[in-house]
Amino acid sequence: METLTAKQKQYIEQPKERITGSEAIVRCLLAEGVEVLYGYPGGAIMPVYDELYKYEGEINHVLTRHEQCAAHAAQGYARISGKVGVAMATSGPGATNLITGIADAQIDSTPMVCITGQVPSHLLGSDAFQETDIVGISTPVTKWNHQVTKASQIPEIIARAFYIARSGRPGPVLIDITKDAQFEEFDFEYKKCMGVRSYVPVPKTDEAAISAAAQIINSAKKPMIVWGQGVILGKAEEELKAVIEKTGIPAAWTILGASAIPTSHALNIGMVGMHGNYAPNVLTNECDVLIAIGMRFDDRVTGKLDEYATQAKIVHFEIDPSEIDKNIKTDVAVLGDARDSLSKLLPLLNSNSHPDWLQKFKDLYDIEFEKVIKNDLHPTTEGLTMGEVLKEINIQTKGEAAIVSDVGQHQMIACRYADFNVSKSNITSGGLGTMGFALPAAIGAKMAAPDREVVAIIGDGGYQMTIQELGTIFQNKVPVKIVVLNNEFLGMVRQWQQLFFDKRYASTEMVNPNFVAIAKGYYLEAQKVTKREDLASAVKEMIDSNEPYFLEVCVEKENNVFPMVPSGASVSDIRLE
Amino acid sequence: METEQQLYTISIYTENNIGLLNRISAIFQRRHINIESLNTSASEIEGVSRFTILVSMPEAQIKKIIGQIEKQVEVVKAYYHTEEDTIYQESCLFKIKSDLLFEERQIQNIIKESNARIVTVNKVFFVLEKSGRRSEIELLHRELSVFGIMQFVRSARIAVTKDELKITEMLNAFKN
Repeated sequence: METLTAKQKQYIEQPKERITGSEAIVRCLLAEGVEVLYGYPGGAIMPVYDELYKYEGEINHVLTRHEQCAAHAAQGYARISGKVGVAMATSGPGATNLITGIADAQIDSTPMVCITGQVPSHLLGSDAFQETDIVGISTPVTKWNHQVTKASQIPEIIARAFYIARSGRPGPVLIDITKDAQFEEFDFEYKKCMGVRSYVPVPKTDEAAISAAAQIINSAKKPMIVWGQGVILGKAEEELKAVIEKTGIPAAWTILGASAIPTSHALNIGMVGMHGNYAPNVLTNECDVLIAIGMRFDDRVTGKLDEYATQAKIVHFEIDPSEIDKNIKTDVAVLGDARDSLSKLLPLLNSNSHPDWLQKFKDLYDIEFEKVIKNDLHPTTEGLTMGEVLKEINIQTKGEAAIVSDVGQHQMIACRYADFNVSKSNITSGGLGTMGFALPAAIGAKMAAPDREVVAIIGDGGYQMTIQELGTIFQNKVPVKIVVLNNEFLGMVRQWQQLFFDKRYASTEMVNPNFVAIAKGYYLEAQKVTKREDLASAVKEMIDSNEPYFLEVCVEKENNVFPMVPSGASVSDIRLE
Repeated sequence: METEQQLYTISIYTENNIGLLNRISAIFQRRHINIESLNTSASEIEGVSRFTILVSMPEAQIKKIIGQIEKQVEVVKAYYHTEEDTIYQESCLFKIKSDLLFEERQIQNIIKESNARIVTVNKVFFVLEKSGRRSEIELLHRELSVFGIMQFVRSARIAVTKDELKITEMLNAFKN
């Protein structure tokens, strides 16, 4: 149960008051505890912006430079705080521009509410100016969506939107509100949504399944845990840690599970998946019991499905029943919330340790270190590597920073090498792989967690997809640290072209502008590093700054990310070079 | 056999909301599954709609599809059934030239034997209605097509299950 703030209570279950639909929208947001929202005004949402102007001291609207970035900023806000992110846009192009962010939030289970304006209801279906069927368009990428055509529907629908977005497996909800409903007056009253009769957010946990899971785990000789974002979304970090420590089971993470357990933990054996660590990928096909917790066996995690952990018994802890047996057939499925399930599991588990089995992970780590990690973090070649930039950021932030990465080589390097000491520190576009995500998401993350260091790690390609958000950063003085790892290529695509398309570098080379000049054009502090000897001091200067800061690091142009499970290969066929 | 294609009837109890048809049909479209027939109607519970969808796929896949359907917020419950689990019917209408009714004695026999029902007759055409199994409707279609059919339409399959579905209990549980 969430606790309501005094400010929220001013708007909840108060005597009815006659106000417009647009004012009601703002009051609903305040009742839900929204302090900041991201958006872009336009014709069909103007009445709401007029109210936001009136309520300026109560709620902070941040004008992004593109609606897509309003959605990504709301995602960044949600990912670091666990709260619902809010984005707003006008009808037509404003609404369609949100779609990429909504799709990203859907596949990465991010709680978000998007509010779009819509043409007046009498014009619906007439191909009116800036009319799009945004409810139709957003249906496959929202957890729920709804169009409101009457002011009186606004409180109930918005309450439901927040409830659905944040409960169970979170996700994005879009509410489309016609302009006449925004103008219309009605008797406003707000009640929090406590449930929807057709919707079961958290399935009932079956005690028998928990004991069956405990039995399999207790008798395992070579068990391995793979946890995902479900642990973070379910606030189950402590429970997971207790399970790992009691049983001595080596535990690996998916890209979105990163940071739930500190990087330095002795039983944290690294990332699984396409560019994950060598040991957990190889030993996935050697373990006798695979315990999946809040993860969904994405294809980037499993590689070739029919050669994935076929020797192992699979125990799957999961909140979403439709994920059970979707990709991997389980032996025991434990439905429910990760925190609840793991705390019920813990007392049934035997204290144990698996020194020989753990040693196997260490031995394989040593191989990975020799072949890959050493060259990434302690290169002897002239060109800078992405890995050494991450290493320097780890040193300067003491592993306390939230890392917001974009998509591509730098993302894999960031996830592989960033030290995560604090949960909710890896904010990245996992499922959708949305280039352009990081810069706006970093804005949202920093605003939600102003006391945390937020470092955006972005490639030169993705950076230019949403580079205009430097304007948002400047106008709102959001002290994010922006690191562009510039290899003058769309590096990940180039890597695939090198490995699988005989080095035919079709449309991957980038002739880039003067990034420092652009950042300075937005009045940001900015610096460019091309030599190893300048790296440490530049990173230090950036981290020491209290202002937004842009750092470009020119890295080796044709470095590759390894290890790598080639697409369609088994996880144990992971390549080191 | 989990991998063998089989004809399944899906019953979905839902809230009666605009857009839900789109949301449900998108689940099939995204996976390139052809819907053999689809019917939406009221259900036995006031305010709750019932979708009846006929699809052909392996059992392993239908289980996943049911999971995806149930995941939708406004879906109360989804089930899949085999033909043996259900009592099912389809319905169809034939529009035929009225002359034939009087000129071709055999048509009258066909109508009688097939248990079809004449809905309306005028000078130009008559309309014949037949409910039953697909095979019965197809047989009737074959027999009548010899004489010429002006228009033909067949409805989606509708089905009720032999077993109880307990939707009301489910909805009552929410109230408590």
